[in-house]
Amino acid sequence: MSQIVLPQSQISYLSDGVSLRSWLLTTDHKRIAILYMISITFFFFLGGSAAALIRYNLLVPQGMIQSAETYNRLFTMHGIIMVWFFLVPAVPVTIGNFMLPLMLGARDLAFPKLNLISWYLFMAGGACALYALFSGGIDTGWTFYTPLSSNYAQGHVAAVVIGIFISGFSSIATGLNFIVTIHRLRAPGLTWYRLPVFVWSLYSTSVIFVLATPVLAITLILLLFETLFHVGVFDPRLGGDPLLFQHLFWFYSHPAVYIMILPGLGVVSEIIPVFARKELFGYKFVVWASVSIAVIAFFVWGHHMFVSGQSLFASVTFSLLSYFVAVPSAIKVFNWLGTLHKGHIRFDAPMIYAFGFIGLFTMGGLTGLFLAALAADVELHDTYFVVAHFHYIMVGGMVSAYFAALHYWWPKMTGKMYPEMLARAAALLMFLGFNVTFFPQFILGYLGMPRRYHAYPPEFQVLNVLSSAGATILAAAYLMPLVYLTFSLFRGDRAPANPWGGLGLEWQTPSPPFTINFVVTPVVTKGPYEFPKPGIEPSDV
Amino acid sequence: MSEEVAPHTHFQYADATHQSDTAVAGMWLFLASEVLFFGGLIIAWMFCRHWQPAGFDAGGRETVLWIGTLNLFLLITSSFVYSSGLAFMEAGNIRRLVQCCVVTMAIGTLFLLLKFYEWHIDLSENLFPAGPFKITGTDAGGARMFWSFYFVATVLHALHMIIGVGLVGWVAVQARRGAFDDGWYTPVEVVGLYWSFVDIVWIVLYPVIYLVGRG
Ligand SMILES: [Cu+2]
Repeated sequence: MSQIVLPQSQISYLSDGVSLRSWLLTTDHKRIAILYMISITFFFFLGGSAAALIRYNLLVPQGMIQSAETYNRLFTMHGIIMVWFFLVPAVPVTIGNFMLPLMLGARDLAFPKLNLISWYLFMAGGACALYALFSGGIDTGWTFYTPLSSNYAQGHVAAVVIGIFISGFSSIATGLNFIVTIHRLRAPGLTWYRLPVFVWSLYSTSVIFVLATPVLAITLILLLFETLFHVGVFDPRLGGDPLLFQHLFWFYSHPAVYIMILPGLGVVSEIIPVFARKELFGYKFVVWASVSIAVIAFFVWGHHMFVSGQSLFASVTFSLLSYFVAVPSAIKVFNWLGTLHKGHIRFDAPMIYAFGFIGLFTMGGLTGLFLAALAADVELHDTYFVVAHFHYIMVGGMVSAYFAALHYWWPKMTGKMYPEMLARAAALLMFLGFNVTFFPQFILGYLGMPRRYHAYPPEFQVLNVLSSAGATILAAAYLMPLVYLTFSLFRGDRAPANPWGGLGLEWQTPSPPFTINFVVTPVVTKGPYEFPKPGIEPSDV
Repeated sequence: MSEEVAPHTHFQYADATHQSDTAVAGMWLFLASEVLFFGGLIIAWMFCRHWQPAGFDAGGRETVLWIGTLNLFLLITSSFVYSSGLAFMEAGNIRRLVQCCVVTMAIGTLFLLLKFYEWHIDLSENLFPAGPFKITGTDAGGARMFWSFYFVATVLHALHMIIGVGLVGWVAVQARRGAFDDGWYTPVEVVGLYWSFVDIVWIVLYPVIYLVGRG
């Protein structure tokens, strides 16, 4: 132990070097998290702009944008950027990078250099994709179905595929780093059942990163081969099977949906006990629900292919297995409600975001059951019902969770408090704007409006205008945190070490933490949510 | 995994053993993800072959059996040599480790040269699946698919080989500089795991490429 040379121990990670070089060559997990945060914020607003143009186009039945081609490129760009360059890295890689070592009582991740490399891979992949999207874009949708993507699509499909391939290795590297860190770098006394639920959800997410992403990688290579040489293994002219592409693609992309939601479930499980001042109800159930969601994730991909011509037996099996996902998801929701029951609830901004999450996630989850039901899916497949469903999970769920996490840990990350009232207003506005945008889409889909069309019959106009109007509210609600959080960096009050009275190890460090996180490695003697008694104020803890 | 001369231990680890065990665990996990990577390829390959066995067999019979077989023996030998190097390292004999690394690199390079020669033969016989193709008739589609898989698989494996030769070279340089001692030689182990894995991938690819069509 005595051999280990510590860097200057009592210095905040933010003041430990201010040059650009000290940021770009850092191996500090906290600084890398900030690098990720800046990058994904950029991608979020870029993907959001594409969404704004989509909603603008759909204001009138014939489409405000004259060309259907342009519209196709817009929704493709929206999907690719939001899925691979915002949602996948948002909570796990950005927030997780910052919080995981702190929550484990560790001084860094297991492989700090690999962590930095994974950010560079992410940026290289992002640059490839951006190059393609800005030099004309592509019109395949984010799913790249063959033979459209390999033989008929225009634009730089190859560059986007390479970009996603590279960023996939960033995911694998991060997932590997997290798993090894959780196994090897827990503080003394931090047993598996004393880990915060967020750590468990990062673990489950990382398993998917490591085991599903390589399958996407090889699928993309086969696709790339076919795109470049116009001959390949998905090509029906050679006797190949385009459905094989869909199987391989969804083998990754369904679990990827849980990459996007599991960390969100973890964040909410952190926030609710703290702001209800009560122990998390059914800790072990919540933990094993995360793990079982990650496991079931690998066996349900066929529910994306009910109408693609797979066998009826396969469809029935996948339908049944998809229903199983509802069980652990519901366990989580009921456990949160159990935690809230008779709690001393405080309505701080993170908690409002968490409440928004519960409502929207429940809506998204329940409508998922409609889509998992074979007969209903034949009717609803490829309609706006699907669009509304996954936006309730991805945006209503995960983006809310991201903002919840951002507000909850902002004082820890930056050492500054954000303006509470503005934050609460933004949280409420986001919930409102979200519902106005996406609820009408359930009805539109039920009435039969297909997704991905740039024009629609006139009778759908009222609901579409409503949806677009909601999108403007939502856009305003997203811009608010950008402004007031940035403002708080310069003018915010100094944050105390533990503004919310949380019990996790991350709150035992100063805000912002030292470069080495913990000068003395903490020793853990109890679980993460053992609040003394309801009603005790944070200052007493 | 660190460049600091001594001590090698990063500040998040309790001691050197803690760190080296962690590095080995990380490599195993990376290899698990590699298994899924090549596993996905081979499953897709078997799936496609299932629908057109005749075409795939016609394609497979055009492969250059002697090069594939020779390369198989070369790689197995190289893994043996590298593992011997690791055993020498454990016994504290760094000079022998360096020699084993050099021999491993030489065998790896020979593998790659043979592979390039094989590709040259393949291309000159019009076996690249795009453009004019050697096999015509009813089996042409399946044969083209076989050769698509062939090129994807062999190029990916060769890339892994190139990285592996680089890593073994890096181990040799570090060893010569005296970066390792009998208390700490984690990179030697980690690179060894990787090298053996690349070898195993070839052991799996070999029958799929060269033997199945001839059976
Ligand atoms: Cu799915």
